Amino acid sequence: MTVKPIIEIENLTHTYMKGTPMEHVALKGTNLYVEAGECIAIIGHTGSGKSTLIQHLNGLIRPESGRVVIDGEDLAKKKIDLKTLRRKVGIVFQNPEDQIFEKIIGDDIAYGPFKMGLPLKEVRERVKWAMSVVGLDFEEMKDRQTFALSGGQKRKVALAGILALKPKILVLDEPTAGLDPRSRNELLDKIKRLNKEEKLTVIFVSHNMEEVAMLADRVYVMADGKDVLSGTPKEIFTDKEKLVRHQIGTPETVQVLYRLTDLGYQVRTDAFSITEAADEIMKLFAGRKEGTEHVQRI
Amino acid sequence: MDPIIRLENVSFSYKINEKTKVSVLKNISLSIFPGEYVAIIGHNGSGKSTLSKLLNGILTPDHGEVWVHGHNTKDTNKKRAIRQAVGMVFQHPDNQIVATIVEEDVAFGLENIGVPREEMKKRVDEALNVVKMSPFRHRPPHHLSGGQKQRVAIAGVLAMQPECIVFDEATSMLDSFGRKEVIQVMRQMNNMGMTIITVTHHMSEAAEAGRIIVVEDGEIVMDGTPREIFKHKQELEALKLEVPSVSQMAEVIHRQFADFSRDIIHEHEFIGEVEEFLSGGVGS
Repeated sequence: MTVKPIIEIENLTHTYMKGTPMEHVALKGTNLYVEAGECIAIIGHTGSGKSTLIQHLNGLIRPESGRVVIDGEDLAKKKIDLKTLRRKVGIVFQNPEDQIFEKIIGDDIAYGPFKMGLPLKEVRERVKWAMSVVGLDFEEMKDRQTFALSGGQKRKVALAGILALKPKILVLDEPTAGLDPRSRNELLDKIKRLNKEEKLTVIFVSHNMEEVAMLADRVYVMADGKDVLSGTPKEIFTDKEKLVRHQIGTPETVQVLYRLTDLGYQVRTDAFSITEAADEIMKLFAGRKEGTEHVQRI
Repeated sequence: MDPIIRLENVSFSYKINEKTKVSVLKNISLSIFPGEYVAIIGHNGSGKSTLSKLLNGILTPDHGEVWVHGHNTKDTNKKRAIRQAVGMVFQHPDNQIVATIVEEDVAFGLENIGVPREEMKKRVDEALNVVKMSPFRHRPPHHLSGGQKQRVAIAGVLAMQPECIVFDEATSMLDSFGRKEVIQVMRQMNNMGMTIITVTHHMSEAAEAGRIIVVEDGEIVMDGTPREIFKHKQELEALKLEVPSVSQMAEVIHRQFADFSRDIIHEHEFIGEVEEFLSGGVGS
């Protein structure tokens, strides 16, 4: 492949509280390659290093050893242009409260574009656009106070604030945790569209395998500070030995398909969506005529 | 039987700016009885989280009363008795873990209320046992997985011997393994007689409960068993909710094969239905 990756991380290490009795090695030589326009999922258990890894992407943590190159910029250099980097790489953290600091929703989302020195009209347009992307009604919500929002709404506001910066690379830590089913599906659709239509590079950390199956082009599995496995969702979710070895969960649909294969039925386990999985199961019924071979259920 | 928690015409509103108040809960009446396992579902902003915070007096209503074992949650003298009766587990395990060693964390609440040493040890042992975290008792909590941390947090609440535990989206930050672990613990505690109330966005988790309460725009719009509630697929979708994945799959299959039951809410039921269907046992 000749395309130059937009993110190149090689053999990255990080130690928290180095040189103290609390010293903790969070990254032990991890790698990550992302090409422009890709949508990448990072999965792995709590403490596997996912959050530490993504904090390197916009220079919140500087590489201790190893290579971090973001869009051609080597972050191991002494002097890096953090301002430009952070405009390029927008991170939405797991806890939305960490990044909402204005009292009014509209002000909070406008904060970034304002700081970029954009004209007021453009700021307003961006806020409007970002709110529509996350599914917040501009007129209804722009003047509301941020503290009175529910957890799910705060998550949307935090994401809108980052989108308003129009980053080239969007990094999301558990984007849909705490969202209701409809908001979750709508947000995933929007992220997918931003990725496919606007060629936004997306990297997201998730424990929700439905979301990984639906969104990701490729998946990185982290364990104990290293990337232990990577591949397409299909490659990952159909390799039972690896799923078990790395304790990776699967979408509920795939779980059902595995249960059926355990019972000796021949079904493919790479049918992720409800309809695909149902179709796969109905292939088992192929020999049966619909409702004619047996008596109607009482 | 007297309810353990009773809400009587409860209303609650947040002030959103100088002039406007948004009413979050509107005249809700609700009784939860000892030994029940209740799931509360509703979309973001429906009021379910506010509702859960009213159950042990973290919030008190603007209008109406909340009674826990006959104590009014507005009665500040009864705060301790109320919190003792109804414990809470929150979304982020990290926000609830205070000590540097698992067993010390579980003992923290007991130390605060001055439980004697022997009794404390016994209760910590029991609580860790229920959540299956005994082997980890001497470990620092920060290296545990999300599910393990959440089980430690549950043990801390359990050690206080409440009669009821409210889980406020306690599984939403967990992967499918962690969620299963926590759901198993909920079920086990319910089998031991404890009242369980869980606020969740996971329909397969709500299906585990004995009763589901659906909250919409500050009001209770459905209240029934999971099987009754999940029959209302369209209504739930209109409320930004859904039915469990296995119910959705059964529905798709039912459209092609009318004899395949769509009345399915659990994974084991779905598998059973496939097996029965294939063995030709259906209806014969």
